Amino acid sequence: MNWLFRYANPHEFMRLSGMVLPFAAIGAALCVLAALYLGFSAPSDYQQGRTVLILYIHVPAAIMAMTVYGALAVCSLLSLVWRHPLSDTAARAAAPLGALFTALGLITGSLWGKPMWGTYWVWDARLTSFLLLLFLYFGYMALWNAIEDETRAARAAAILALVGAVNIPIIKFSVNWWNTLHQGESIMSGEVAPIFLAPLLLMMAGYGLLFLTLWMVRIRTAILERRARNLMQAGP
Amino acid sequence: MNFDMSPYGAYIWPAYAISALALIGTTAWTLAAWRRAKARLEALEKPARGKP
Repeated sequence: MNWLFRYANPHEFMRLSGMVLPFAAIGAALCVLAALYLGFSAPSDYQQGRTVLILYIHVPAAIMAMTVYGALAVCSLLSLVWRHPLSDTAARAAAPLGALFTALGLITGSLWGKPMWGTYWVWDARLTSFLLLLFLYFGYMALWNAIEDETRAARAAAILALVGAVNIPIIKFSVNWWNTLHQGESIMSGEVAPIFLAPLLLMMAGYGLLFLTLWMVRIRTAILERRARNLMQAGP
Repeated sequence: MNFDMSPYGAYIWPAYAISALALIGTTAWTLAAWRRAKARLEALEKPARGKP
């Protein structure tokens, strides 16, 4: 774990993230632009028509919603076990981004569901557990803001994040465990044609790099704000 | 590139517009917060650096 603590040091983090940030930001932009070009150039799906275009924004948002929660849970575990303040900062910085991806997954899924299923919403296991993920993010952020003492807030929020992590495998396997309207897993099973898979994978990489960029900027912002608070408390 | 979405334009374009707006807006908001924090810290550090 020593390597982790070395890079979890705020000073080291600022140095390292400063080097990685431009590459992540440029990579995100390039991946998204390439995905849009390939996606809009691809032919219509024989069953779904042009609505297949929603695949390129719905799936990456949904995958990022769960990935970000995974990152938040790992940071929370590190915070609870090793009490490292940067873990709390990282977890707190990830939460609004995770909530954003979850909301986008729900909205784009709903806009895809209407023409394909005939309804914007059904209370099936996948959709309901995904909605619960959005509430978990909201609860996590609300808990941070509700408790004034930062150490206690971090501890309570970390416990909530870890308990809520149970929902991630439920979302993932809901389509296997229950009879749902939502389709089953199709990327890993090779059911997506290469002409649709290429823009999808590029968009997933773009969303991932965009999250990494925004996450690092948010952590860096929190570190600067903490330094400013410490200077204010130290007085003139 | 094919921008003809018929007959599903009413679903596809809003999905893209909402995603673009949310992601670009969040990026702009995140960068603005970073610039504000940086400017604030610099303003606080300036008098400290000027001290003998």
